[in-house]
Amino acid sequence: MTEMLKGIAASDGIARAKAYLLVQPDLSFSKKSIDDVQAEVDRLHKAVAASSAELKLVRETAAKSLGEEEAQVFDAHMMILDDPEFVGAIESGIKDKKVNAEQVLSDVSANFIQMFEAMTDNPYMQERAADVRDVTKRLMSHLLGVTLPNPSLIDEEVIIIAHDLTPSDTAQLNRKYVKGFITDLGGRTSHSAIMARSLEIPAIVGTEKATGEIKADQMVIVDGNGGVGVIDPSADDVKKYDQAAKDFAAQKAEWEKLKNEKTITKDGKSFITAANIGTPNDVPAAVDNGAEAVGLFRSEFLYMDSAELPTEDEQFKAYKAALEGMNGNQVVVRTMDIGGDKHLSYLPLPEEMNPFLGYRAIRISLDRQDIFRTQLRALLRASHYGNLAIMFPMIATVNEFKQAKAIYEEERQKLIDAGTPVADKIEVGMMMEIPAAAVIADKLAKYADFFSIGTNDLIQYSMAADRGNEHVSYLYQPYNPSILRLVKRTIDAAHKEGKWAGMCGEAAGDPIMVPVLLGLGLDEYSMSATSILKIRSLMRRLDTADMKKIADQAVTEAETNEDVINLVKKATNQ
Amino acid sequence: MEKRDFHIIAETGIHARPATLLVQAASKFNSDVNLEYKGKSVNLKSIMGVMSLGVGQGADVSISAEGADEADAINAVADTMKKEGLAD
Repeated sequence: MTEMLKGIAASDGIARAKAYLLVQPDLSFSKKSIDDVQAEVDRLHKAVAASSAELKLVRETAAKSLGEEEAQVFDAHMMILDDPEFVGAIESGIKDKKVNAEQVLSDVSANFIQMFEAMTDNPYMQERAADVRDVTKRLMSHLLGVTLPNPSLIDEEVIIIAHDLTPSDTAQLNRKYVKGFITDLGGRTSHSAIMARSLEIPAIVGTEKATGEIKADQMVIVDGNGGVGVIDPSADDVKKYDQAAKDFAAQKAEWEKLKNEKTITKDGKSFITAANIGTPNDVPAAVDNGAEAVGLFRSEFLYMDSAELPTEDEQFKAYKAALEGMNGNQVVVRTMDIGGDKHLSYLPLPEEMNPFLGYRAIRISLDRQDIFRTQLRALLRASHYGNLAIMFPMIATVNEFKQAKAIYEEERQKLIDAGTPVADKIEVGMMMEIPAAAVIADKLAKYADFFSIGTNDLIQYSMAADRGNEHVSYLYQPYNPSILRLVKRTIDAAHKEGKWAGMCGEAAGDPIMVPVLLGLGLDEYSMSATSILKIRSLMRRLDTADMKKIADQAVTEAETNEDVINLVKKATNQ
Repeated sequence: MEKRDFHIIAETGIHARPATLLVQAASKFNSDVNLEYKGKSVNLKSIMGVMSLGVGQGADVSISAEGADEADAINAVADTMKKEGLAD
């Protein structure tokens, strides 16, 4: 019977395919005494052999579909499975204690994990604990006769149904076959949502019960525009959604025509629509979606995708590739934004009560200048190959900006003295994401070449509401006049000093927010690549003088988030 | 039984890649090969055993092999130690 599922629309598009449940099976067991020790040892070896065969297959498939590097994690797994101390310890445990293999496996594995995790001075060993956990899960599944999901083995079109998707889950997915996501958890800014937008597949997140309602191989429809999932669709549903998918494709084709057009409003004013990227690999999709610039290169992914601090040369290559890929269009690189919810295994940070208010981003960079200077040198060397701009994240005070800028100038001078080619003009600006900075934007604008407003953090800090905490998620109010006043203040301050202001948060690609931002005079709009053409098309229908009136009302008359939504909807017929 | 002592000079000790290579070198032989450090002995054919010792820079370890090909095994391990810059 057909069932509907409501969630948060996280990535546009409509898709229909079989459900693939990326859900961990129940691996619970109970301790049992055994009489026939030999039979139990045989059962263990059978499970080891089955796990080993499965790992080989997964490794081969992963190497083919995802690349050698992604496949190497499975080599580490095979090595543990082949390890005489590991399997040997389980075998002797069975013989000594005369209990079932599941219990001994669980004990032996817990010992190793505890030992590795205790080596806190050695992040490499701590990561091996995760490998032991993965191998234990696989071996346990074979002992219990249940099937572990092996997403890298998917060989037909599917919709992935998961509780939540982590970066390591999505790394194993073959992009060719994954047509959409439906998850229990998450919001528009969670990893699964961002991933879906970068893969350009529809997704709904935060359904709360997708994994409970949907069974493996059931047909499902994901409507990423409306935030609806349809389980076991009727013939009528199929017809309706296939038509909607066709309409959406036609709409996309219409937007597609704007790919090589400038971003111009109805009254002929020019603006920049840009893409947010995480690695140089995202550049082709940005160009393909008509990005006029990269408004945010999140350099922390270079750090997060690495097992140790990326070297100057590694970073140089990545920045150079992005600059060259953008063909002379500007690329704004944000220096390392680690801390908060982003961690590096090789750079242990102190445990904090409030990590988002703690040791994070520029605060780390100014403290660990060795890391900061390496990044700046890599950026400066790359500047020769395109149009680079640099921005510092989490600036709260004028002194922080001056200090960061001074370090930048020192490294720049050193390279010039050494005869290294460095671009003549590199704009150096800052993220505007801390309310204190927005309040003194007029002072900061004297030193920064530009501001880029990060809405997610600006909202979380202004509202004093953790953006990952669902109990306070109602305070995530991008249109609240309080936020809009900080945005206006930032833009006005920049313009007064002849500087530009952009926005690189999700709000820059939001059809309700964009009319207000246009009215406030925001110059650059940086968003997920897939939103660019939709926003460009919207902006072509808007008149800046009309939007200025709406923005004035939003900032001066509106009292609530809803007031602004209604105001914009009415004025722009959305 | 063949036995040889090593003084570890590598900055990161016996970790990660070098540990893997030592295990691979030892696993090619039939002899039992053991690594001893601070009075604890582990099977050098076991990556988890080797890593669990947490051998750091400046450590003194001894490696022993016992079996038909014990001399070759010790030589192969010593070669790997040298090639990987683990010990002199």
